Amino acid sequence: MRKNLNVIAAYIIMIGLIILVGIFQSWNIALSIFNLCLISAVMTMGANIQWGYAGLINFGIMGYTALGGLAAVLISVDPVQEAWNAGGSNILLSFLLIIGMVLAVRYVLKKYEKSKVRTYIIAAIVIAGIIIIRFVSEPGIEAIEEVNPAKTGFLGGLGLPIIFSWIVGAVFAGGLAFVIGKVALGLRADYLAIATLLISEIVIAIIKHEDWLTRGVKNVIGLKRPAPYEVNLQQTDWFINLVEKFNSSRLNLITDLMERQAALNQLVIEGSSIFVKLCYSGLFLIVVIILLILTQKALYSPWGRMMRAIRDNEEAANAMGKNVVKQHLLIFVLGSAIVGIAGAMLVTQDGLFTPGSYRPMRYTFLIWVMVIVGGSGNNFGAILGGFVVWFLWIESAPIGLYLVNLTTAGLADTNFLKVHLIESVPYFRFLMMGIGLLLIMRYRPKGILPEKIEIK
Amino acid sequence: MDYVNAIVLLLNYIFVPALAYGSQLALGAIFVTLIYGILRFANFATGDMMSFGTMVTILFTWYFQSLGITLGILPTALIAIPFAIIFMVGYMLLIDKFVFKYYRISKSPPVQLAMVSIGVMFVTQAVVRIIIGPSDRRFFDGEKFLIKAGEFKEMTGLNEGLAIKSTQVITIIVTFILVSALFWFLNKTKTGKSMRAYSDNEDLALLSGIDPKKIVIITWIIAGVLATIGGALYGLDKSFKPFTYFNNMLPIFAAAIVGGIGNPFGAFLGGYVIAFSEILLTYAYKKFFMYLLPEGLEPNTLVQLLSTDYKFAVSFSILVIVLLYRPSGIFRGKIL
Repeated sequence: MRKNLNVIAAYIIMIGLIILVGIFQSWNIALSIFNLCLISAVMTMGANIQWGYAGLINFGIMGYTALGGLAAVLISVDPVQEAWNAGGSNILLSFLLIIGMVLAVRYVLKKYEKSKVRTYIIAAIVIAGIIIIRFVSEPGIEAIEEVNPAKTGFLGGLGLPIIFSWIVGAVFAGGLAFVIGKVALGLRADYLAIATLLISEIVIAIIKHEDWLTRGVKNVIGLKRPAPYEVNLQQTDWFINLVEKFNSSRLNLITDLMERQAALNQLVIEGSSIFVKLCYSGLFLIVVIILLILTQKALYSPWGRMMRAIRDNEEAANAMGKNVVKQHLLIFVLGSAIVGIAGAMLVTQDGLFTPGSYRPMRYTFLIWVMVIVGGSGNNFGAILGGFVVWFLWIESAPIGLYLVNLTTAGLADTNFLKVHLIESVPYFRFLMMGIGLLLIMRYRPKGILPEKIEIK
Repeated sequence: MDYVNAIVLLLNYIFVPALAYGSQLALGAIFVTLIYGILRFANFATGDMMSFGTMVTILFTWYFQSLGITLGILPTALIAIPFAIIFMVGYMLLIDKFVFKYYRISKSPPVQLAMVSIGVMFVTQAVVRIIIGPSDRRFFDGEKFLIKAGEFKEMTGLNEGLAIKSTQVITIIVTFILVSALFWFLNKTKTGKSMRAYSDNEDLALLSGIDPKKIVIITWIIAGVLATIGGALYGLDKSFKPFTYFNNMLPIFAAAIVGGIGNPFGAFLGGYVIAFSEILLTYAYKKFFMYLLPEGLEPNTLVQLLSTDYKFAVSFSILVIVLLYRPSGIFRGKIL
């Protein structure tokens, strides 16, 4: 218990801060911060597995997040029958062609020795394949995108409950990570960082511009929800009764019946959005706890010991007969799959998929700040990092505004400097993140909650 | 069959823009590669340092314009650049003193330095946005075109026009002067040679009496010059927006690695490789074939290999292919 005192203290402070936001701003804001903190925590756990356990740098987090989001769309949206009729067969045929192309390349790779001729043959297969696929898919894509472009213009999904997409998102992200891992894991650390960063940009480019699959920048809105809708809740009797019971002391003060009803209505509207957010919080909390238990078990298992051995001394681990390449690939896939879950959770919470919003600043570098600040190699640290950094990211604007007002209190309201500073308050978050990261890296390089390994 | 028109078409839409864009990338790539070769880390703050330099250039340009100083047909920014360089170098040396120096002295692994550079990236981005705001700024003045498309048509009597923007010409000329000066410095002067020696083998260089502090300062000075000029040229040619500059970091990295990271000449050529392949692969060749092929054989599609949306993706794919087949880059940089 005493050993874990700092962990407990850190979490109590964090929860306390969120409660303070609830009291001083509103519970709605506090809960939405809490929910996004939970999603960030899942992402940091994924990144922490790769960086903290195995020392692999993955700057492609944005790509896996987007793939998770894509999974949410492909699972939950109802299929667009017309679009399938218009161009489904072309798409399926091109899909088969891609599989055929990959198999052909694999066959050539297996069958022939490494030589110049082989390279040329593979290049020829790939180029010919791409040209054929373009000819096959083009009419299909055009037909699909013409089907009611204002509303659909894409193939739609499977029409299943959106919760399933959390698993499918993990599978998608893991699959991408497998391909990237096969290609790039042999590279030295900083090259791996750059390569993964660039590959994730390619993934985003594809998601943004392949309208037949994702609607691209036209966004997919109104995704199904695992939680009830506010509008429905506001008309359900048990919910109104619950709100009434909850606020009975306050409501009893109002004697006028009309006024009382109006106040109750207001409370029901507020309560419904809080209730929905609480539903999400519950779901996300379950995911975080399951993942925490699994990663914690893995960390203290023989497998976790082996990963740390590989991280700390690759050659020695290799000499002891551990297959470094295979383990790196495995951990790369696992970590990315967890990030994929987070991506699907994010889209589930927002109820919309906006490919244009995936930016490396928010989805790659910010997550890395979380991992470094929280404590790499320590799952509790990573989760805490997700909470702290996300909290600051959101709350830095109000804090910045407060500081600006404090420092420029002597100036008139129309003063050029003051107006300019107040306008640029949103960018204080970058400043805060940067300075925070630099300070942590300098004075506490292992993070707020450093890695602590005890032999049990 | 009309070869002349076809060639002018390609010059106008591919060669000239790619040469200008490639020059801008090349300056950034040399910046990345110098930092990588001598200070030994991948600098993720590249794009934002360039935007910082451009911001200072813009502020000086505005100041000079308010004083009524202009260069006539040339953009005022050209006189602002030297002043901006001073600020930029000062900013870089300040960052080095307070941030990077500590890790260099304690011999941290390159990965840690790269992480630190992400912190610098956040801070620089915030500083730029707080000072000048996130919106699009144009600071070009003076004569816009060297040759206008219409004038060219009248002059030569061809169907196709060739428009050359003055910013493109300035970009290309400045790049060539700057790069030649840099190579002369690295290959002929004593300081340049000691820089290369330091990059090649730190311990041996230290043994032979090279002062590491001096090397580091000179590296940052050169980096400041490259970042400011590269950024300002890009901003003159297109426009200045902090977010685009951050994104430009990616093709710049691609150029540096394709050319062989740590090798300035490779980075220089890498910039053009990336620029030309981006534009060549996303250009619609329909009109080109219309001039070349006999009547009746004209293509009825756009003959575009990839849609322009995939411009960035092209350079990244090239990078991935290069990393796979020749990880040390085309011109053999540091071996991985």
